[in-house]
Amino acid sequence: MKPWLWLVVFVAACALVPVFGNNYALRLATIMCLYAGLALSWNFIGGMAGYPSFAAAAFFGLGAYVSAVLQSKGLPIGVTWAAAGLGATVFAALIGMAILHLKGHYFAIASLAVVEVLREVVNTAEDLTGGGMGMNIPLPGMPVDVQARLFFFAMLTMTVLLLAVTIVVSRSKLGFGLRCISQNEDAADILGIDTTFYKVAAFCLSAFGVAVIGAIYASWVQYIEPPDVFDILYSVKPLVMVLLGGLGTIFGPVIGAVIYLALEELVWRNFLTVHAAVLGGLIVALVLFLPNGIGAVIRDRTKRAAVRS
Amino acid sequence: MIYFQVLANGLVLGGLYACIAVGFSLVWGVLNVINILHGTFIVLGSYIALFSYNLLGIHPFVSVVTAGAALYLIGHAVQSTLVNRVIAAPVLMTLTLTFGLDLLLNNLMLVAFKADYRKLVLENPLGQLEIGPVFMPLDRVAAMGLALLLTFLLYRLLRDSRIGRAIVAVRMDREAASLMGVDVSRINAVTFGLGAMMAGAAGSLLSIVYPISPLNSGMFLGKAFVICVLGGLGSVPGAIVGGLALGIIESFGAIWFGPEHAVTISFALLILILIFRPAGLIGKRGFE
Repeated sequence: MKPWLWLVVFVAACALVPVFGNNYALRLATIMCLYAGLALSWNFIGGMAGYPSFAAAAFFGLGAYVSAVLQSKGLPIGVTWAAAGLGATVFAALIGMAILHLKGHYFAIASLAVVEVLREVVNTAEDLTGGGMGMNIPLPGMPVDVQARLFFFAMLTMTVLLLAVTIVVSRSKLGFGLRCISQNEDAADILGIDTTFYKVAAFCLSAFGVAVIGAIYASWVQYIEPPDVFDILYSVKPLVMVLLGGLGTIFGPVIGAVIYLALEELVWRNFLTVHAAVLGGLIVALVLFLPNGIGAVIRDRTKRAAVRS
Repeated sequence: MIYFQVLANGLVLGGLYACIAVGFSLVWGVLNVINILHGTFIVLGSYIALFSYNLLGIHPFVSVVTAGAALYLIGHAVQSTLVNRVIAAPVLMTLTLTFGLDLLLNNLMLVAFKADYRKLVLENPLGQLEIGPVFMPLDRVAAMGLALLLTFLLYRLLRDSRIGRAIVAVRMDREAASLMGVDVSRINAVTFGLGAMMAGAAGSLLSIVYPISPLNSGMFLGKAFVICVLGGLGSVPGAIVGGLALGIIESFGAIWFGPEHAVTISFALLILILIFRPAGLIGKRGFE
């Protein structure tokens, strides 16, 4: 029951932001939910199944563009978000069946190439997407502060949904199978786990979450262009957050997202021109000194304390 | 007749591409590390050539030596102080480490050199080469020749020298090499250094072809990826085949589908080859 309790605490804490916080806090909380959602989504394939996927940016951009194109055709905003999620899930199933038999670096590169191809396809499909000009997404016609709240709650709902799915999956046969695959895929196969199905399922879950978040993001910022939503950083940031919080854990991705956002805000504010360098330095330090995430350090501390007493 | 010109362009480009990819392929094959820094190393080599030419009047073909040497030292230092610490960790860790280093180095270069595209303009170009219907600036042909020569020298180094044999041994079997008395972590550093050296040399040669900016590093890295997958990993002949293939594919793709699709074509090709021939076009896992 413990994870569900933490879930409620997390939701309560987030829901208080629009009540007490100012607009800056609300914006920050929206980004936090966005990051946490991305990290949770990536965790299915990258953390649980142990497949180093860089496809998140592809799903993010795909979701953003599916939703934007449908909105420009006059569909209601909620429908376009759902369509974005479903579209990306189907796309991920097809791509996943093709590239998930690759291992290690090869899989990483294939998933990276998916981002590049999609970006260029969107870039050249000018009739539908406006190409490099980007797309303006019509306003739903409501006051700005109401909008800000709406998108915050949309992001929060999605994050909570992903967190709930994570809890369910990690206790189900699927989660068990994915952990087996990440430890030893051949052994898992011999034990009778349908590895292809499990991997594709994890990839689809990951794509669904990222795409819906991308769709909400597009409606939130109201202008998208290919280099923005297919930015490879959308693939890398979730990875860093999950590494920070702990691979394959339930709350690790959320904790990682919160820490990452805090660092990013501090770095952006204080080192504008060299913020990428500082971020790079942080990543290097993370890999060298905290390879198992901050969660592991805390767990070790508590264990050691328990042993001592 | 235009096809001869397109083919010639593709071959010249391909020779340079081989030089871009061979160091990347070596590091990937021997160390099992995807070096995201490779593109930034290439751009750094270009800047060394640019400043040497503009400030000291040294021709980029001569700067190949200094750029190569400087990048060797950087690469050796990066591997021996940082990457060697996590060399045994899973794929994700080394990849993330070099990604972080790339963010760091690329950002510092942006601050130091600005994002402007600069062009190295040779004061005394070598003129035109003319064979039948094909025209080609001699400088580019010479750059391609040098690129292939460097790649060939690396090949001989790996085959004939003691250190080269040790690198190949580590590539084949890390533990066995270690038991035979090979200092594996030193070989790692030398290999990474050689990879960076080839990047620096390639960057110096590319400075007369491409505009120079830190923003180009991603493009070079992408090409190195595609070439490695095309030609197969960790082999010098593979890099040459992959480089020439990519050069020709890009040239013809630009003619047939338009230059804006060149990137899409090469990456779509990459995915297809990964699906159907993961060991590359040559099809064997090379050790040299």
